[in-house]
Amino acid sequence: MTGTFIKARRAEPMHLIFTALGAAVLLFIIAPLASMFFHVTPGELADTARESEVTGSIWLTLLTSMGATVIFSAGSIPLAYLLARGKVPFRDLVNGIIDIPVVIPHSAAGIALLGLVSGNTWLGSISDRAGIHFVGGYAGIMIAMAFVSVPFLVNAARDGFASVPVELEKAALNLGASPVRVFLTVSLPLAWRSILSGLILMWARGMSEFGAVLVIAYHPMITPVLIYERFGAFGLKYARPVAVLFIIICLLFFVAMRVIARRREDA
Amino acid sequence: MLEVIGLSKKLGDFRLNDISFDVASGEYFVLLGASGTGKTVLLETLTGIITSDRGRIILEGADITDEKIQKRKIAIVFQDQALFPHMTVRKNIAYGLSDRRISRARKNDRVNELARSMGIESLLDRMPSTLSGGEAQRVALARALALDPECILLDEPLSSLDNNTRRKIRVLLRRLNREGITIIHVTHDYEEAVSLAERIGVMEKGSIIQVDTPENILHHPRSEFVAGFVGIKNFFRGKIVRGRNNGRDHSEFLTGGTRFSVKADIPEGECFALIRGEDIALSPVRPSSLSDNLMRGVVSDISKVRSGIEVVIESEVEISAVAADGLQKKTGIEIGSEVYLSFEPGAVRILEV
Repeated sequence: MTGTFIKARRAEPMHLIFTALGAAVLLFIIAPLASMFFHVTPGELADTARESEVTGSIWLTLLTSMGATVIFSAGSIPLAYLLARGKVPFRDLVNGIIDIPVVIPHSAAGIALLGLVSGNTWLGSISDRAGIHFVGGYAGIMIAMAFVSVPFLVNAARDGFASVPVELEKAALNLGASPVRVFLTVSLPLAWRSILSGLILMWARGMSEFGAVLVIAYHPMITPVLIYERFGAFGLKYARPVAVLFIIICLLFFVAMRVIARRREDA
Repeated sequence: MLEVIGLSKKLGDFRLNDISFDVASGEYFVLLGASGTGKTVLLETLTGIITSDRGRIILEGADITDEKIQKRKIAIVFQDQALFPHMTVRKNIAYGLSDRRISRARKNDRVNELARSMGIESLLDRMPSTLSGGEAQRVALARALALDPECILLDEPLSSLDNNTRRKIRVLLRRLNREGITIIHVTHDYEEAVSLAERIGVMEKGSIIQVDTPENILHHPRSEFVAGFVGIKNFFRGKIVRGRNNGRDHSEFLTGGTRFSVKADIPEGECFALIRGEDIALSPVRPSSLSDNLMRGVVSDISKVRSGIEVVIESEVEISAVAADGLQKKTGIEIGSEVYLSFEPGAVRILEV
């Protein structure tokens, strides 16, 4: 079917119209980013990269998001496996719950989380006494990031596990492997490509989070908050170099991660 | 060695009903049934992958009904082999050995020994996706045998193979069985069942409706499914002999009391012969044309069947022919008549044993 589209010599009117419409959407994504890049001079970018407030916040963003991803994967991957194997009661309901963070406003998510962990709740006071400070602390940034990004990991991992033929797990059990060994040697390796892409997605989504983090932890300042603050205090011209720098670094990390992931698959 | 008593399981709309049978040590037992009759469910219940609702499974005198899957000494080879796609053939075969407390050298020896026995030594470093159907089947067998199971379950092991490979795997399965491995083999193909089984269990709608030798199953079918097989009544066990006739190569099938010409390119030896009733021509007088296989006999029974009438003839052996409805009127054949029957050598279907 697609072949006939591609091979069509005569320009088909519908094909042309669809191409034009599609190109408009692509342009809509590329144009603002490109214009922002053109408005920033290399000199400005270099100056911004030397500001310790900026570099500190970029590192903070990268690492808190990574921490949130790693910590929450410990529960998300097992949950994804149970969902994929239909071993969860009310599976549709659970799948729906997992998707809630994607559809609610992230400022509202922040408010909800704050209500749970602020100092005057029992959870907040216990964790404060244990030295974990959610409000205005790293832990707060991480739970805000995790709340909005964990659906990406669960969904990707669930699809990955679902694509592993049940027969392989049955065969492994029949060969005398314990359920844990079956999971570690058969299910996990075969779903790994999807899980890895889920981890990368979760990390990326966490880094780009603004609303929920803003509510729980304005300080220490992650880069999205820093960009917002500079825009509010000094205007577009001062916010732009930080934004461009952050985007460049994010893209570099993603490309690197994808390349590493692909290479490991090939090995 | 394996005894199944009253096994029942409900799975959605499907149910296994009160399954009972037993398999002797070293036996080749075939479960025969159309698809959807519950053969695979039964196998998975025996291995413990599916837990039964009722009934017992006794292996070598021990009740294993509630035994963990990992502890049962029943290996299964799935229809699509279920080789681990991310492991080499060697790792696939060694998978079952990994939990055991045995040295790496011993494991390696065992894998090499199995690979040699299955004729797959050259494939050990390959990935499963690069294997042909027959190769994958051999690897799956080696992997299942690594655990020294008491009994091995095969789910449609020949169905996805081409004819040539099928014959080779069949030879391999017979050899394994001769070496003492008890085999329970599931198939929907009665020719496969007849040529391999010592006994056949016929399954229909989640129940086992008949367990018997291939001869008895085909001569006295207790189910529509088996009775529906073509030419089932003309089913003989005998042997092929080769000779020369008028300067031509010639094969003959010998069975108790008679012999007839066949077209078969198989080596001499034990086999089954099947002749469709529709392929047997009847005539009240000696036919003028020369036929390789001509017999004279007396009609002992005539009955109506779906495609016409079935005429049973007592000849050198008992043979039943199926003819068009009009035959009786046209020829005056009735019970007690003397008739001549003939069939082409090419109409005889030979199944290797």
